[in-house]
Amino acid sequence: MNRFWAWLALAGGMIYFVLPLLGMTEFSLKMRRGVYSFDAYARVLADPKFQETFTYSVVMALVTILFGVLLVVPTAYWVRLKLPRLRPYIEFITLLPLVIPAIVIVFGYIRLYNTSSWLPLTGSVFGTNALLMFGYSTLSLPYMYRAVDTGLRTIDVSTLTEAAQSLGAGWITILSRIILPNVLVAVLSGAFVTLAIVLGEFTMAALLNRPAFGPYMQLLGANRAYEPAALAVIAFAITWGCMALIQIVSRFAPKAPVNPH
Amino acid sequence: MSDPFLLIQNVRKAYGDVTVVKDFSLEVEQGEFVSFLGPSGCGKTTMLRIVAGFEVPSAGSVVIGGKDVTSLKPNQRNIGMVFQSYALFPNMTVGQNIGFGLKVAGVPKAEAAARVDEMLQLISLPQLGDRYPYQLSGGQQQRVALARAMAGKPQVLLLDEPLSALDAKVRVSLRDEIRAIQKALGITTIFVTHDQEEALSMSDRIVVMHGGMAEQVGTPYEIYNKPTSKFVAGFVGTLNVLDGTVTDPATGAVRIGDDNVVMKQSLNGAKAGDTLSLALRPEAISLGKQPGRDASIGGTISEVSFLGSVIRVRVGLGKDAVSLDTFNNPAKPPPKVGEKTEISFSSADLLVLH
Repeated sequence: MNRFWAWLALAGGMIYFVLPLLGMTEFSLKMRRGVYSFDAYARVLADPKFQETFTYSVVMALVTILFGVLLVVPTAYWVRLKLPRLRPYIEFITLLPLVIPAIVIVFGYIRLYNTSSWLPLTGSVFGTNALLMFGYSTLSLPYMYRAVDTGLRTIDVSTLTEAAQSLGAGWITILSRIILPNVLVAVLSGAFVTLAIVLGEFTMAALLNRPAFGPYMQLLGANRAYEPAALAVIAFAITWGCMALIQIVSRFAPKAPVNPH
Repeated sequence: MSDPFLLIQNVRKAYGDVTVVKDFSLEVEQGEFVSFLGPSGCGKTTMLRIVAGFEVPSAGSVVIGGKDVTSLKPNQRNIGMVFQSYALFPNMTVGQNIGFGLKVAGVPKAEAAARVDEMLQLISLPQLGDRYPYQLSGGQQQRVALARAMAGKPQVLLLDEPLSALDAKVRVSLRDEIRAIQKALGITTIFVTHDQEEALSMSDRIVVMHGGMAEQVGTPYEIYNKPTSKFVAGFVGTLNVLDGTVTDPATGAVRIGDDNVVMKQSLNGAKAGDTLSLALRPEAISLGKQPGRDASIGGTISEVSFLGSVIRVRVGLGKDAVSLDTFNNPAKPPPKVGEKTEISFSSADLLVLH
């Protein structure tokens, strides 16, 4: 009897999640009257705006990931190693982007860094891109921090650090050659989540007026019928592709040796 | 006498109000193997970490090879350290682990590779250079950790309870191996352990630590046979502690149970009627009168445990009791509980504890 309810719950969940996706996918294939075709996909992929915005967002995602890694790995490492008492506070700070809406953050940015402010970042393309990158980093912070912190939990950070120090290594060597390689899978998990967030983000990119993939999807959705569905399927495929990559990469993670304790 | 290679002078370490190392001083000769032995919380690991540079002393100094390293960071001290939990880098192979310090030091590749091979030979694992730590047993991992610590030819090798996580059989074989390698390389070594057998079997000298202080420093023979305090006597080996009342300070006579024993050791100015704490090792005692033993005390057998080749007997002497082991003799039945008996020993083996 229990198994029946379990299967029923699973079936309900599948219908709730999968059915809309199936419907959307089917709709995206119906651009040509009477037959299924990939016309909508061909049109989307051939659109120069798609290529331009997609490339922009991917580049922004890579820069955001790089910045996130440089910010989060040393921070999480240092907190674990030297400031364990600060961990609850750091965790609270990293959770803030989940409760502060993106629109509030971006309005704050615009107010602080507009052209008449002391640091007029919005006055140049580079400055605005940098602001957007910081915004993306903020949005991905909860996921990146948690991923890295979980990765650090699987290794004996302090003893590995001391072992490396006793062998003559300095902080940069320890971070780059010992800590980072051992939490690489966790970092990649955070990186793929960041990629998915950046590719789908609309509010910040739209309000900072940057040619990102999110605003392009919104624009397409407002003006076309089949192409937005095709675009949504493509976006899902990218996200799921990222998840599959996390799974594949995690198989190559360095395994922790037998714990003597 | 030449200058000591490792000199620890008046080191003190306090965390807030708690002082974990109190005025610790020690001189270690080059190539010497010294063990810090003591119970948990005695400050032995803290002292080792101070030598390594992982802890900064509140006072005092550490000098290695004539150079004051007290303010140097751990990576500037040229020390090798082996940890209880091995601490091998999981992302590196055995060979890469051993060669890590050499790479950091900028040793040319060919030279580093040759040194790694040499170390793999030394630890008898020449075929495991390409394996990852998780593919090794605990004993193999600790040998790799030892090779890694010694690959860079450190001035001092520090071993922080390296055998504690291993099973008994591996522990015994590895301790012999560590000692042989240490002797072969002539590397000055500090070994931290709470296991008296390890310390006694491996060390040139032992520092018995208690309450953050060096309670006694000496060779294993001295520590075992001539403990200078009740703590050392009780911590190292099995010990019978007896109360004795001074009856004649001039001759050194002390009453134990109902008998008088004339002490060979000084009574440290004790007066008639003073009570002294006396120690006697089980192996120094014989059941019944024996030739060559000048002291004897009468008592009653209170406990007999048959342990196969050995019979452990406990003899009550007034309010105290002593344990002693006798070999099992099939021709002679073991003594019975309640039987009156006599124990004999050499009065030189009876120690006054402080």
